[in-house]
Amino acid sequence: MLLRVEDLHKRYGKDEVLKGVSFSLEKGETKVIIGPSGTGKSTLLRCINRLTEPDRGKIWLEDVEITSPRVNIHRIRAQIGFVFQDFNLFTHLTALDNVRLGLMRVKGLSKQEATARAMQELARVGLADKAKAYPAELSGGQQQRVSIARALAMDPKLILFDEPTSALDPELIGEVLAVMEDLAKSGMTMLVVTHEMGFARTVADEIIFMEKGVIVEQGPPEQLFRNPKHPRTAEFLRRITDLYGGER
Amino acid sequence: MNLAFSWDWLPRLSQGLLLTLELTAISMALGAVFGVLLAVLRVYGRGPLYPLYLLASAYVHFFRGTPLLVQVMAIYYGLPTLGIRFTPFISGLLALTLNTAAYQAEYFRGAIQSVRAGQMQAALALGLTRLQAIRYVILPQALRLVIPPWSNELIYMVKGSAVVYLIGVLELMGQAKNIAARTFRHFEVYVVVAMFYLALILVFTLILRWVEKRTRIPGLGVPGRA
Amino acid sequence: MTFEHWLRTWSYLPTLLQGLSTNLAILGALLSLGFFVGILIAILELYAPLPLRLLGAGYSWVFRSIPEILLLLLVWLGPARFGLSISPFWAAVVALGLRSSAYQAEIFRGALQSIPSGQTLAARALGLSPFGTIRYVLLPQALRLSLAGWGNEFAVVLKDTTLAYAIGVVEVLQKARFISSREFPLTFPAYVTVALLFLFLTYAGLFLLGKLEKRLRIPGLEARR
Repeated sequence: MLLRVEDLHKRYGKDEVLKGVSFSLEKGETKVIIGPSGTGKSTLLRCINRLTEPDRGKIWLEDVEITSPRVNIHRIRAQIGFVFQDFNLFTHLTALDNVRLGLMRVKGLSKQEATARAMQELARVGLADKAKAYPAELSGGQQQRVSIARALAMDPKLILFDEPTSALDPELIGEVLAVMEDLAKSGMTMLVVTHEMGFARTVADEIIFMEKGVIVEQGPPEQLFRNPKHPRTAEFLRRITDLYGGER
Repeated sequence: MNLAFSWDWLPRLSQGLLLTLELTAISMALGAVFGVLLAVLRVYGRGPLYPLYLLASAYVHFFRGTPLLVQVMAIYYGLPTLGIRFTPFISGLLALTLNTAAYQAEYFRGAIQSVRAGQMQAALALGLTRLQAIRYVILPQALRLVIPPWSNELIYMVKGSAVVYLIGVLELMGQAKNIAARTFRHFEVYVVVAMFYLALILVFTLILRWVEKRTRIPGLGVPGRA
Repeated sequence: MTFEHWLRTWSYLPTLLQGLSTNLAILGALLSLGFFVGILIAILELYAPLPLRLLGAGYSWVFRSIPEILLLLLVWLGPARFGLSISPFWAAVVALGLRSSAYQAEIFRGALQSIPSGQTLAARALGLSPFGTIRYVLLPQALRLSLAGWGNEFAVVLKDTTLAYAIGVVEVLQKARFISSREFPLTFPAYVTVALLFLFLTYAGLFLLGKLEKRLRIPGLEARR
């Protein structure tokens, strides 16, 4: 088991955003989390690499309990990739520098090694020719792909995607989803929060439906889409496929 | 109307100008180092470094909220009663440095806070420590964002350096006062000095504008400042 | 220097406050002068024909580049060369007031320019004259948008009033010197007390300005970032 999340709780003031969430991920699996906005999906992702500290609960990455206070969280984070909804590319660095920063400052690679590796990942997402561009000179889709390259270059055990296409113009969504699909097929372990049902249906090994801070239902895509066990699941899926379309 | 100027004044005034530049340069440089430290404490010091955070905040409020001239006099006339005696030049320099450090701290703080929160998050997500994130991601951006207000502060400091003539420092104003006392041509001397300052600040403004252009990065811009 | 020294210094508080009232008088007069001249310069810089605009720009450059203390000396000593005389108090008001007008013009100009051009278009479309547009649409918005900059300017000029000391105005710094000459050990506490008085005044002023801002606040009308 690559990732195990056990009984995660998180409260913001009076709001309990995560009310005891548990699930797990095997190596190579791609799981997609869906659900109405504000149900704690993003918070869940941020708890996994402890960008947000959970109030209660435990998380294991392979056999290391990463919620333990004794663990070196920076080393753990280097093993977990994170792709943000707002890309969050470093504004003052070129695409190449963005991908290199983690390699040089966290993993300690030399400039040559880092450059080679970074160019490899940029090529993988199809942006080798934009290596010297600044984020502001790239389209949203390109920025997000660089951000994926940045995460990939660290050779993570797992990549978390927090609504990676929600901030993109419709015509740019496809290029990012294509990269993500390739990644999933190549065996990367992925946990994706998204509204893109087409992607969820084709790429996910399992879909997790969350609402109001708890997991309502989880299962293989076909099962959820054809035979949802829970009425809320059915209702949500009906609404969302009307809005976002089915296959893409 | 009876105005008379003289070229004889120029050598002495130029000496004074040099001292003005010295005072400005040293106080700005030291003030920048100290200011960055104060700013980082103010932005990131709430947790483990709380007492330092409070000290930094108190310092900034005090030195920004009180007049420079009072600070100068407190140091030059006041400290000797405590047994600490500085020369006029050092007193003036000290007051200018302490003063500009507080203002620069605020400008750096504003710049650091202008860097979007997502940048820190992304840095942490990669596995960088807070300190590394500040060093490689936040500060490089903040330093560019701070150029406009810092330029403003430089201009203010050039003008601020003038007040130290009151404690006897022979910078531009100090030299002028001496010449005026000798020649009784007060107004004329001060008019010449005014032209010195006008030229000096024009030059500085142009240089700073050039620096801003050279270090500009597309996409890294300042939201409006008061 | 003991606690006793500080107590003795504070017994001189009435003297210091007397001096401070002069600073405040200078402050009030100079801000008023700065306000009206500032608005004039701002309107000049935005709407006047080119030569006048250049004049406005030149005015700004001069009054923002010359150190305040030098400005004070020039305004005080200048008239004598032309056969006139001016009291130190009024020299301070005029010098600092004109300097402030350059900065206030900048604040005001920035505020006017940050009003979306659509506002002017809508006003004209309604049939408002240029003057009417300024008076009923632009000015009310610009005045609100200027409040932040004015808070800044207030904080700056309040402290600048101490420079009047250099041309012999009997204000608070002069009183502090007086205390120091009476009782030498009280020098440091006296200056620190003066500093604290200004600290208090600065925050009191900003607080009041904040209240004013809240009173006048209109949702949606905020300084463009």
